[in-house]
Amino acid sequence: MAIRWTPAAKRYTRRLAVLMALYIVTLFTAVSLFRLDKVSASLAWPLAIAPAIPIIGVFWAVMRFIVEEKDEFIRLLIVRQCLFATGFCLTIMTVWEFLQNFELVPAGNGGFGAAFFWFIGLGIGAIYNKLTMGTAGTWT
Amino acid sequence: MKNRLKVLRAERDWSQQDLATRLEVSRQSVNAIETGRYDPSLPLAFRIADVFGLAIEEIFLREE
Repeated sequence: MAIRWTPAAKRYTRRLAVLMALYIVTLFTAVSLFRLDKVSASLAWPLAIAPAIPIIGVFWAVMRFIVEEKDEFIRLLIVRQCLFATGFCLTIMTVWEFLQNFELVPAGNGGFGAAFFWFIGLGIGAIYNKLTMGTAGTWT
Repeated sequence: MKNRLKVLRAERDWSQQDLATRLEVSRQSVNAIETGRYDPSLPLAFRIADVFGLAIEEIFLREE
């Protein structure tokens, strides 16, 4: 059966597409300029932060989705997904931090920061919803 | 919480989607309520009662 997306889910998807496109552009630009060593001292900080802005935008889009979703059951599914993602991300980052503190794993994260694990958590949260509530909602 | 949603829907020959459309919710919501996975809020319970033309306690039953 085809999934009917709620208006809020459609808006979320559109916002997500725009933010992901912006993320790719800003990340590609920042990596290219830094590799070419063409970044002045005054531009370094804004350029390094630029790819983070669309990621922060995704957090905003998810929170707007919760606020704008009129279907209370779908809203519950999104909140459960976010709580699962937050717990998953905090668990991974806490364990990783202690492993680093005791120098059992190398410093740095190889580009896989907290946001990466939060988004992975959202995906696993959708599977958890499917298993326990019978549906993953309208956005997976 | 138990409910008679499935029986009431069958009596009217409504699909889950038909009821969802009348309630302005997703089909997943109707399915979750019917199968007892989700208890609706009081405002939604009143909307369900209005759609069936019954009182809330004629649709939702206390767990004994």
